[in-house]
Amino acid sequence: MKKLITATIAAVVLSSAAYADTIKVGVIGPFSGPFALQGKNFKAGIDAYFALHGNTVGDDTIEVIYRDVPQPDPAQSKALAQELVVKEGVQYLAGFYFTPDAMAATPILEQGNVPMVVMNAATSAIVTKSPYVVRTSFTTWQTSTPIAKVAKDAGVNKVISIVSDYGPGVDAENAFKTAFEKEGGEVVEAIRMPLSTNDFSPIMQRVKDSGAEAVFAFLPSGPTTLGFVKAFNQNGLKDAGIKLFAPGDLTQESDLPALGDQALGMQTTFHYAVSHDSPENKEFVAAAQKAIGNPAELSFPAVGAFDGMHVIAKMIEATGGEQDAEKAVEAVKGLSWTSPRGPVTIDPESRHIMQNIYLREVTKADDGSYFNKEIQTFEKQGDPGLEAAK
Amino acid sequence: MQTVFSIAVDALAYGMVLFVISIGLSVTMGLMRVVNLAHGAFAMIGGYIASYAARDLGLGYAAAVLLAVAGTVLIAIPIERLLYRRIYGAPELTQVLMTIGITFCIIGIANFVFGPTLKTIPLPDTLRGSADLGFRSIATHRIFAIICGLLVAAALWFLIEKTAFGIKLRAAVDNAAMAAALGVRTEFVYAVSFAVAIGLAALGGVVGAELLPVEPYYALRYMVTFLVVVSVGGAGSIPGALLACLLLGAIDTTGRYLAPEYGEFFFYLAVIIIVILFPRGLAGRFK
Repeated sequence: MKKLITATIAAVVLSSAAYADTIKVGVIGPFSGPFALQGKNFKAGIDAYFALHGNTVGDDTIEVIYRDVPQPDPAQSKALAQELVVKEGVQYLAGFYFTPDAMAATPILEQGNVPMVVMNAATSAIVTKSPYVVRTSFTTWQTSTPIAKVAKDAGVNKVISIVSDYGPGVDAENAFKTAFEKEGGEVVEAIRMPLSTNDFSPIMQRVKDSGAEAVFAFLPSGPTTLGFVKAFNQNGLKDAGIKLFAPGDLTQESDLPALGDQALGMQTTFHYAVSHDSPENKEFVAAAQKAIGNPAELSFPAVGAFDGMHVIAKMIEATGGEQDAEKAVEAVKGLSWTSPRGPVTIDPESRHIMQNIYLREVTKADDGSYFNKEIQTFEKQGDPGLEAAK
Repeated sequence: MQTVFSIAVDALAYGMVLFVISIGLSVTMGLMRVVNLAHGAFAMIGGYIASYAARDLGLGYAAAVLLAVAGTVLIAIPIERLLYRRIYGAPELTQVLMTIGITFCIIGIANFVFGPTLKTIPLPDTLRGSADLGFRSIATHRIFAIICGLLVAAALWFLIEKTAFGIKLRAAVDNAAMAAALGVRTEFVYAVSFAVAIGLAALGGVVGAELLPVEPYYALRYMVTFLVVVSVGGAGSIPGALLACLLLGAIDTTGRYLAPEYGEFFFYLAVIIIVILFPRGLAGRFK
């Protein structure tokens, strides 16, 4: 009797796996709360992918199941990932805006035979936590390294670095310091300020006293960047000729209308600007803006999600819809395609995305709106953070 | 020496912005004895109205400020009549639950109506840019905030300590039944002081928007700081709140300058010490 039951269950499980026509993808991200805008961008990127390429791969239909983790919360992220794998039977996990959320879910990948496609979380180490992690976003090391060369080329030798005191901020500080010292420059002082800082005047005073020629800054996109840039201008640093360099988090498209004139002329390096000039990007932006509703809200997490869906579609194609994490991940190693952000490749070694990093300048368009104008390209950038960790 | 002056100016400006926003909460908590956790939400509504008026309707800054204060009070009146009136004199837990509920509702509505992005309030040319103090430059807007803070403090002190209305308010707070028996219309007094407190919240939201930008989570993000100011200053005391703001502003600014990596350690250490020494706040008026 016991054998019969086991056999029946086995038969049911096997047949359902072999002839499954709906492939479920679980997406975890912040869809409510203070970071809801980023989750909205995930959804817009995924919807844009389906709008342009359809939601079927061969005979299989992709179904996306969303789960909400409003703020960095590793325990909840892990619980939801487990629920998605065990109860919903998802074959792929994706999304993950915050690094701790992605880290927390990696231990269940091998057990669950499920690949994870990270659509945002930007700490280098995530891909080392499990061989089934693939990332289609960027790392803070990747976006913060080229700006060091930009600073040096602008004739700057002494820089003060100011970052928010949390993981990505420390990453940015190290990335810039490593790259800038390699260029022959000097970081005269490194300040880490609490995430909750809202009055930046004292910090600007420190900058003045330090005698640095330029500031390297990293703050998470959102309300604080506005206060930071304003304080930089209003305390006379801009007028004193001190330059401000930062990765693109500071001039995220959705913050630009608020930053306005304050940010004009600011140079940042990043992997994606909504204004990127290519036919692929035009198509993507049109579809994603339609999906998100308000065009001004579209920013970088959408492109990570869009490319993430592309990778998942390729995985489904390679496995024929069967659940086989190893085969799926193997199939996308070295995969190259033209993303809305430009040519990209999944690095077969690290499973992180290799891409162009662009130097952009905040510019005023003819209609009075502001955008990041790409003025220089650093081609095929890998993730220097992984090497640095070795 | 220059650095000391410089920090002092920053501390004064930061303290005054805190004061303008928090003083309304001090009034509701100290004089009306309502723990109003929705105070930040009303400040946020003021910010949104000003932003809408100045950016989308193209009104001037002064008009936007007035509209923000009037509009927020107008929105608050039905809320006071329908909700707050029930919790006057209720236990603190009831008040906390009710007002935090109101806060979440307002966050949801703001997110739905205005979206999750930052909203700015464009400044007039006279307040834009920076002024030269000789030893450093400071944003003109900060000087404006300092003046606003001093004016608000003076006006409130006069209203509460020197006018007939102030006497009635203090009487109604000390013993509502007795005040009513003597012919004071306590309901009217409460409604007016609630409106004043909300108006101050809105004013603070607009004036402080350069430092604390307006977005849906404004309502919760800065609430702890506001509550700290009130508890350190002593609820209901205007000189107390002013002193607390200047003191906390100075500690926070100096700490941020000298040792930013300690975060808000010095700020909260100071709060702990003050609250141990003065459990009712620096100038608590009630036992």
